[in-house]
Amino acid sequence: MSGAALALSVRLALTVSILLLLIALPLAYWLAFTAWRGKFLLESVVALPLVLPPTVLGFYALMAFGPRGLVGKAWQGVFGHSLAFTFAGLVLASLVYSLPFAVQPLLASFEALDRRLLDASAILGAGRLRSFFEIVLPLAWPGVVTAVVLSFAHTLGEFGVVLMVGGNLAGITRTISIDIYDRVEALDYTGAQRTALLLLAISFVVLSIVYGINRRVWSPWSRR
Amino acid sequence: MLSVHIQKQFRGVGPPFRLRICEDFPPGFTVLFGSSGAGKSTLLDCIAGLLQPDSGRIALGEELFFDAGKGISRPPEKRRLGYVLQSLALFPHLSVEANVAYGLARVPREERRRRVRRTLEAFHILPFASRKPETLSGGEKQRVAFARSVITEPRVLLLDEPLTGLDGGLRHAILQDLRNWNAEQRIPILYVTHHREEVDALGDRVVGIANGQVTGRGSAQDVLDSPRAISMAQAAGFENLLMVRVLERRPADGVMSVGLDGKGTELEIPLGTEQVGETIPIALRAGDILLATQLPYGLSARNVLPGAVESMEARGTLVRLRVHAGVPFTVHLTPRALRSLELTRGSVVWLIVKTHSCHIVAPE
Repeated sequence: MSGAALALSVRLALTVSILLLLIALPLAYWLAFTAWRGKFLLESVVALPLVLPPTVLGFYALMAFGPRGLVGKAWQGVFGHSLAFTFAGLVLASLVYSLPFAVQPLLASFEALDRRLLDASAILGAGRLRSFFEIVLPLAWPGVVTAVVLSFAHTLGEFGVVLMVGGNLAGITRTISIDIYDRVEALDYTGAQRTALLLLAISFVVLSIVYGINRRVWSPWSRR
Repeated sequence: MLSVHIQKQFRGVGPPFRLRICEDFPPGFTVLFGSSGAGKSTLLDCIAGLLQPDSGRIALGEELFFDAGKGISRPPEKRRLGYVLQSLALFPHLSVEANVAYGLARVPREERRRRVRRTLEAFHILPFASRKPETLSGGEKQRVAFARSVITEPRVLLLDEPLTGLDGGLRHAILQDLRNWNAEQRIPILYVTHHREEVDALGDRVVGIANGQVTGRGSAQDVLDSPRAISMAQAAGFENLLMVRVLERRPADGVMSVGLDGKGTELEIPLGTEQVGETIPIALRAGDILLATQLPYGLSARNVLPGAVESMEARGTLVRLRVHAGVPFTVHLTPRALRSLELTRGSVVWLIVKTHSCHIVAPE
């Protein structure tokens, strides 16, 4: 059982889910409220990681992050080292990989909002920013919680992308799912089982906590 | 004075809808009356800035809200209007107090507290200050919506069927609160409804709207009792809409004869501009038709049509009869009148219709 791998996975999942929330909030808001006809194109792009095999995604990420790739070159120019096979590279790839899991719940809860509430807010003198923080966000709260949890859980368990982009460097890119794979390869079934069980337990506990909170978050204005 | 001169076209499934309004609204109540889908709410949305007209101009006094020519369109948050939406749109996650205080974000805290308290009191909702909207009754919610709109001291108040679904007493009480408030403020209040009773209660100044256009303006009587469009006639409660054919024009008598069914059943109606042979719609109130069980004589009414009762249906304080007299008519009677006439299905009756109860409406 590898504590380092677990710690790394949790650190990765936390970083990704927080960054993803900051990216997905404005993106989902824009998708929900824009009148732009071509928005279905962007929606498709956002949903791509849902259907693409992680290895395909990881492959493209590796190409982009490599010393000759666009992102990799820029990164090298700024930070002086390569992006591939680093924690930052893992984070970047995971952001893309888990994007739909953050955007979809937010988009769904934004689209379910009663538009007339936003109209009322504007008529009462609130600009867009105030409407967003005082009306949209509180009412879409269950969607926000779901987005964070799903992107956390999804990143925690990812394998294919990590293997392609991060390789298998202990403490840097060897996440918990890679650790399990390693142990099975080495015929260490007992160790693999212990780690797998731990991942299962963590996922279950996280999801239960969140669904539990979500229920309560839902209810202050609909006492059931 | 709120001046609205706008055009807006909507394309979608079905025929395009066109809103064309040129109207000035002075301080005080103006009732916008028309059937649903006539364009009343769309007009309010344009005034509030939630929708943008294709062309024209909206101004409050000297201040431009919208001017297509000059490319001006102020966003709703900069227009300082009050708008009670049909759905009320109370913020479900905020208390009554926070809902009412929402529009006062820029007011210093102490003053805000004072004003919120005063408004809650004025609208009789102070006891619910800390409750969430969904725990309130329909009438209480409506009061909250009113309070939230008027506390910002708007310069125009837009009300979209704000009292729908309330019983008469409660509606009257809320309207009274609003009238008291307006007595001090004197701003234009546009009150949209498709309910006759509300027009009668408020109808100082009524503007009739049908198919996106103003069809009449004046007192409630002026607009409702001489509808000029079929949809307006329906909305104003003209139960009988008949297609008739002009048979003879008698300008000397100020009337014309029209045929109802092509089989000799005729009516005398006020003289219009229509020519002999034209087919036109006319509107008749069910309550304006008299019933007799014997052929009457010595009447001023020119139209006496024989018919038979087809069906009777009690509806609260009135009975709705279907009478076939060449064509089917709807007639309203009181339950007492029905008893004293001893009417049953199949009874032979005479319908008595005054010439001036027949209103010519424009085909749409």
